[in-house]
Amino acid sequence: MKQGGLVAFLAMGGYGFYVWTSYALAAIAVAVEIVAVRARLRAATKSVSGSERAMVLPDDTQ
Amino acid sequence: MMCVEVMGEEATRDSSALRGFAWSTMRDLRLAMRSRAELAVQLLFYVIVVTLFPLAVGAETALLRALGPGVLWVAALLASLLSLPRIFATDFADGSLEQIALSTQPLPALISGKIAAHWISTGLPLALISPLLAAQFGLSRDEGWLLALGLLIGTPTLSLLGAIGAALTLGLRSGGGLLALLILPLYVPILIFGAGSIEAMRAGLGAGPQLALLTAALLVAMVGAPLAAAAAVRIALD
Amino acid sequence: MRPMSAIAWFKLASPASFFPLARRLVPWFGAAAAVLTAAGLWIGLIVAPTDAQQGDAYRIIFIHVPAAWMSMFIYVVMAFWCAVSLTFNTRLAAMLAQALAPTGAMFTFLALVTGALWGKPAWGTYWAWDARMTSELILLFLYFGYMALRNAIDDPRRADRASAVLALVGVVNVPIIYFSVKWWNTLHQGASVSLTSAPTMAVTMLTGMLVMAFAAWFYAIAITLLRVQAIIAEREKNTSWIGEMVPRTR
Repeated sequence: MKQGGLVAFLAMGGYGFYVWTSYALAAIAVAVEIVAVRARLRAATKSVSGSERAMVLPDDTQ
Repeated sequence: MMCVEVMGEEATRDSSALRGFAWSTMRDLRLAMRSRAELAVQLLFYVIVVTLFPLAVGAETALLRALGPGVLWVAALLASLLSLPRIFATDFADGSLEQIALSTQPLPALISGKIAAHWISTGLPLALISPLLAAQFGLSRDEGWLLALGLLIGTPTLSLLGAIGAALTLGLRSGGGLLALLILPLYVPILIFGAGSIEAMRAGLGAGPQLALLTAALLVAMVGAPLAAAAAVRIALD
Repeated sequence: MRPMSAIAWFKLASPASFFPLARRLVPWFGAAAAVLTAAGLWIGLIVAPTDAQQGDAYRIIFIHVPAAWMSMFIYVVMAFWCAVSLTFNTRLAAMLAQALAPTGAMFTFLALVTGALWGKPAWGTYWAWDARMTSELILLFLYFGYMALRNAIDDPRRADRASAVLALVGVVNVPIIYFSVKWWNTLHQGASVSLTSAPTMAVTMLTGMLVMAFAAWFYAIAITLLRVQAIIAEREKNTSWIGEMVPRTR
């Protein structure tokens, strides 16, 4: 049952291409979005840390 | 104040919306008449775009008859889109738009006047020559009149909706593409009912519902669009 | 910046207060989305029975329908925050709208593509110009218009206000556009095929769609809260508070 089950699962009654492409596209879209937003957040916080450091330095001379 | 002599003393004191509308319409029409060549060019754009389609798909009569209403409406949309920046661009560039926004008359009324002038100088001529172009596509006499009527009702709505887009994109470098992207989705219902009116007539169903919907859209746009455009102008001027 | 008031809402309305809250919420919504997605996939791919008419191809609806629902829902939420930003002149509401748009566009695109992939096995053609898909395509243009307008305006506050007006004009027009496209479709195609009309939908199918819809909703919240953090950091980078919020070692 298991072997036939897996093959049948992937075949999706002959419509495997359509079904799995849809699910794959959804997975890819979500993954790309997560990666892109995290990269954007990293870049944004990095630039903040950078300018913060620049602002802190002159104050050190007290 | 560079516009005072054009406005006239009584206009600056009076704050009635109707007077503002009338003043604004006359002013913009006068300005438009000074550049008549530009208006002719816009009309010519319509004619040229319409002419492109038979060149592209061939001159077979049945095909042109089937495509005609759609082509004539789409070209009207594009011609309207092309002329939209004119509503605000020159006034924005020379600072008179700021003066207009500071006036005591309500800004939506003044903008309505600008839109009315825009329609009279672009949409109205377009609607009037459309029966001639309809004949080129083999549309019947009745269909040609229906096209003209539909455009007469539809083109003011195009000007009204387009003014919102023109106000939002004031002074931006991005060119006409952005304006098209913003406005064309809003134009879709007008296009559907306008071209659809002729289809309905051909199907023997009568174009009444489509024309009624076009009129309803016009009435709603007449109320809503100047308000939205006024908000957009103030945002652009701040 | 607004002086500290006793009312919690207004306190929350400043980007400074919202930033740490968003950061705390993201993992919870993300985890919920992951769990619901697993459950939804289980139901959709394994538990739900094969459809009598469409075979296994119908399983695309477990992606397509939630994506379509989210695409419309996000646009309305985006328009809501735009209205709030114009009414109360707050920055944060505009930032939330700005954060929502890309996710909304993503769901719209996904709905369109999966709709096409469903259309081919179910109705023989990838694109049938039916009312719902055509309206969905126009919705994608509305999202792109919002993002393009934001992008074209340099001043962030002008961008906030202009795109807010655009979104409100758009949301008012969406029902009109849908109605007109629906009318257009019935005139030109006779019997219109609705992509969600499976005559009798088994309970499991409906459950699967709902679970996936909630999964998509929580995912959207999580990713939007993540993106709004980035937007806040980008736009507030010159204020004094942001340095303390943002960890140095990243």
